[in-house]
Amino acid sequence: MSDPMKRSFADSASTSSGAAVAEACELISVNLIVNDQPQTIMVEPRMTLLDALREALALTGTKKSCDRGECGACTVHADGRRILSCMTLAAMQEGKHVTTIEGLERNGKLHPLQAAFIEHDGFQCGFCTSGQIMSGVAVIEEAKAGWPSAATPDLRNPFTLADLSRAEIGERMSGNLCRCACYPNIVDAVAEAAGRN
Amino acid sequence: MHPFTLSRADDPAKAIAAHALDPQLAFIAGGTDLLGLMKDRAAQPERLLDINGLPDLARIEALSDGGVRIGAVARMSDVAANAEVRRRFPVIAESLLLAASGQLRNMASMGGNIMQRTRCAYFRDEDDVPCNKRRPGSGCAARHGLNRNHAIFGWSDACVATNPSDVAVALAAMDAIVIVRGRTGERSIPFTDFHRLPGSTPERDNALGRGDLITAVEVPASVEARASHYLKVRDRESYEFALVSAAAAVAADGRRIRSARLAMGGVAHKPWRLTAAETALRGASLDDIDALKSAIAASFTDARPLAHNSFKVELAQRVALRALQMAGARA
Repeated sequence: MSDPMKRSFADSASTSSGAAVAEACELISVNLIVNDQPQTIMVEPRMTLLDALREALALTGTKKSCDRGECGACTVHADGRRILSCMTLAAMQEGKHVTTIEGLERNGKLHPLQAAFIEHDGFQCGFCTSGQIMSGVAVIEEAKAGWPSAATPDLRNPFTLADLSRAEIGERMSGNLCRCACYPNIVDAVAEAAGRN
Repeated sequence: MHPFTLSRADDPAKAIAAHALDPQLAFIAGGTDLLGLMKDRAAQPERLLDINGLPDLARIEALSDGGVRIGAVARMSDVAANAEVRRRFPVIAESLLLAASGQLRNMASMGGNIMQRTRCAYFRDEDDVPCNKRRPGSGCAARHGLNRNHAIFGWSDACVATNPSDVAVALAAMDAIVIVRGRTGERSIPFTDFHRLPGSTPERDNALGRGDLITAVEVPASVEARASHYLKVRDRESYEFALVSAAAAVAADGRRIRSARLAMGGVAHKPWRLTAAETALRGASLDDIDALKSAIAASFTDARPLAHNSFKVELAQRVALRALQMAGARA
């Protein structure tokens, strides 16, 4: 099977439009390291990372909700950064380390933020929860790395984890919608996992 | 999404040649706007060329003259977190952090951000309502439709859409330069010339053509840059496009304005620089609210609100005033 990812752009540019559609539906091979496991999956170029995780790898903890980058339910980590898996192509993640909600647990023990969500009732229906938790884990890492947010009073100053107020958490989590409106409890859970309670 | 092929670019010259020769090829970096357009069938490229691997395109460089050079595929989050960007150009970092969400900022590239297409709901409508930007010659549903979010400056009967980028407003205020590599070599486009007004060809958002690849955005040092601020007003407290926004920067002697820069978002098809206000602000006291208000009003004599957005004329002036005062507090 030919591999469009390995085909040069010049070949691609000279392809007639009729042929391109046929080739576009060809499956291509993508290598990912998902939750520390190397995986090779076959995808169409148009397949999002979200669909690849759910359909090719049966990792259905990552939820498909708006599929337009608006709700945050599909949040995963790629090379340690939170991203929306619905708004990137699986084939563009070649070689990356992807972490999903299934990969947070260690030796049968929940991640501290997963435990905090249970303790603080950070969910009701649960559909947004995996995205909320993946986002929250990254929020804590971003704060540790000194990233400011729109809630930071003066971003010219250095930012530290000690500055991660409730307002900061709310702003930083604003890309994750919860239709059950568990927001105060979600903020409590992230604050606890960040050691900010 | 419709079927397409995907290739990875490793050489800029070849990528540019491929883009120049093939009208069905689109560059993709973060993909956060392009994939949304493709899902809504507002863009249907047959071939995508991934430019993330091109050398040096992700670099953020603090220049020795006080400016910064931001590579085209640098991510919004990296630019916003960069200590020199925050110190030298707070307006840029603030505009980035007020845009999108943490997840999207980790994905979206700077070049893609300034090329993002309008959020006009008619343009994004999957059902192909009249939209000259989407299908030239089909009409403008917003002109006499729901146009609360649309332009008050510079629109035409063909298109009343606004540009949705926040950082573009800050870059316009800072007189940034878009560095473009094309078929005939490299050229520099002043930021205020990068985006176009709609006129009779609203399908064209900016000055780029086939074979043009943004390589970087350069922001020159200026006396106003460090005392700068971005203020965004929107229907939600976070994670929403602007109704109206302002980038302001001030150089002052004590409380007297030596020079000021003001640009606005949410009011036109491009970042809207308030040049008349900037001239009128020279010499005004930051404490003289009436003087500041009348100086800003000088840029609103040509405002032309639509049926549902006349509130923006007043709101925009208030946002400009507040942004100017907040920038002034840093002077």
